[in-house]
Amino acid sequence: MMVFALAFYLFAILVVVSGIMVVLARNPVHSVLWLILAFFSAAGLFVLMGAEFVAMLLVIVYVGAVAVLFLFVVMMLDVDFAALKGEMAKYFPLAGLIAIVMLLMLGMGIGTWHVADGAEMMRTAVTPEGVHNTKALGLLIYDQYLYLFLSSSLILLVAMIGAILLTLRHRTDVKRQNVMEQMHRDPAKQLKMLDVKPGQGL
Amino acid sequence: MIGIEHYLAVAAALFVTGIFGIFVNRKNVIVILMSIELMLLAVNINLVAFSTYHGDLAGQVFTMFVLTVAAAEAAIGLAILVVFFRNRGSIDVEDVNMMKG
Repeated sequence: MMVFALAFYLFAILVVVSGIMVVLARNPVHSVLWLILAFFSAAGLFVLMGAEFVAMLLVIVYVGAVAVLFLFVVMMLDVDFAALKGEMAKYFPLAGLIAIVMLLMLGMGIGTWHVADGAEMMRTAVTPEGVHNTKALGLLIYDQYLYLFLSSSLILLVAMIGAILLTLRHRTDVKRQNVMEQMHRDPAKQLKMLDVKPGQGL
Repeated sequence: MIGIEHYLAVAAALFVTGIFGIFVNRKNVIVILMSIELMLLAVNINLVAFSTYHGDLAGQVFTMFVLTVAAAEAAIGLAILVVFFRNRGSIDVEDVNMMKG
């Protein structure tokens, strides 16, 4: 139990500190790296809660895809980030006020929170005993939440098409290979025999 | 065993950090997008915490769908950001209202 509590506090502190560093880091590349640490720590918290599948999904999807995407964009865009950070002090008091108010509200909510009577009876998908987390989730997704699962694939498809459509551009200033044009060239028209007189040239 | 209130406190702190990041980085869209990711992560922690607490797997299923939407949102957001940077040469949020039509 001691190890469990130690691991929880380690991951909890890491998640919060790296979250704050994401927001306050001067260099956006460092922000992305802190974000990756936050995702890893959150995955650790999920493992502690017994949600292994979601934890691994978090590592694969967030660290492997989303964070790398952020890293690509940060490094690809040639932005003067130092100038952007200069204005941070201006917004700091307002942002701090909003954050404190928000934190107080959430603290009040969590402080008075309690489980409603009969909440146990309203569970939609009771965790089965003795079944591994991944298997239990799979049984649930492919059975009870099948249509939601299919629609989430649709969301990903729309996001993929949208991202390609937004960033695709046809540049006119570069030469491209036109395969159809190459294939439909007529050899008879391409070669011309000229009778060049000596000393004149073409 | 760590009580659910501890997890809720961590999630609340992370969520507030995300909101703070949105307000403090008014010029930098990339950090704003990262702050949104942090807020979604806080929501995921909440969902998984309640899922474990009640012994109800539906929360973890919801977490997966939130993850899907977050990935799609990041992809679209960064694509818009790249196009915006290509057109304007900056990623300042306050330049966005210059787009007309």
